[in-house]
Amino acid sequence: MLKLKFLIPLIAFVLLVGLLFFGLSNDPRRVPSPLVGKPAPQFILPRLQEPAVTFSPEQLKGKVWLLNVWASWCRGCRVEHPVLNELAKQKLVDIIGFDYKDTNQQAKAWLEQLGNPYRLVVTDQQGKVGFDYGVYGVPETFFIDKKGIIRYKHIGPIGYKDLTEKLIPLIKKLQAEN
Amino acid sequence: MRTLIVIFLFLQLNLAFSGIEYRKFESAELEARYNVLIDELRCLVCQNQNLKGSNSDLAKDMRDKIYQLIIEGKTDRQIKSYMVDRYGDFVLYKPPFKSITLFLWLGPLLFFIIALIVIIRVVKQRSRVDSVETLTEEEHQRAQQLLQAAQQEKDNKA
Repeated sequence: MLKLKFLIPLIAFVLLVGLLFFGLSNDPRRVPSPLVGKPAPQFILPRLQEPAVTFSPEQLKGKVWLLNVWASWCRGCRVEHPVLNELAKQKLVDIIGFDYKDTNQQAKAWLEQLGNPYRLVVTDQQGKVGFDYGVYGVPETFFIDKKGIIRYKHIGPIGYKDLTEKLIPLIKKLQAEN
Repeated sequence: MRTLIVIFLFLQLNLAFSGIEYRKFESAELEARYNVLIDELRCLVCQNQNLKGSNSDLAKDMRDKIYQLIIEGKTDRQIKSYMVDRYGDFVLYKPPFKSITLFLWLGPLLFFIIALIVIIRVVKQRSRVDSVETLTEEEHQRAQQLLQAAQQEKDNKA
């Protein structure tokens, strides 16, 4: 009994260290999105390549698709871009680019230089629609299912490891749903 | 005159801190609400700053939106839920009372109760030790006698 009492501070210490360690390994930048599980907010935005034509999420109903928020001024996007190119090459899923607070000229130059993984790109120059999507740190990628519901949000650049281990299985799972 | 100038300068200082953009409101009440809201909501880019203190682009957008919603006649609650719907509970500096925040809210109370129990036990244990050390009536008399005897012996010697 005496021995057990003696161990209490040690146990408390180990628990505290565990808690602090958990806190350290958590990335505070990754704020869970309240939009996951809810329908993707509707919008009508002009396309980058043909500004006269608009795009709206309704047009992709019945399909699994990705909405990738990016901008030519965003450094993380430069890291992520080759990974998106790789995903596009697999022709697994439609990626819609969401050019956030950018100029069309710079966005076009970026795509010419680094390749275009997008089926199409919409432009949100003022960031008004981005606000509805709760965009706060570009790049962000929304995974939208056949019913138009946001099922997952990836915050920050997508890496090759994220893609193969998590995101491609997720896309396949969503595509298998009815 | 000098005091007046000092007071005037302090007023200027206040103006400089009350938000980054100049906003025009129909009434002082609306302005007060705006100031409270930008004080209570968090900027997601620079997470330890509120909207009032942040220079980030997003904070500016959020302030613009709050201003617009106030002008539209939305209530504070509507404006907060508008932000929460988009950015999550995280935008609120004061988290809502929910199942996942239960520990956050009740944790201090829990620790207080644990501390109280520990204190009561320690105090009880101590008073038990004291009661062992107090003398019975007989022992008390005996001690008195011994002390008196010692005193007499001392007096006799003197």
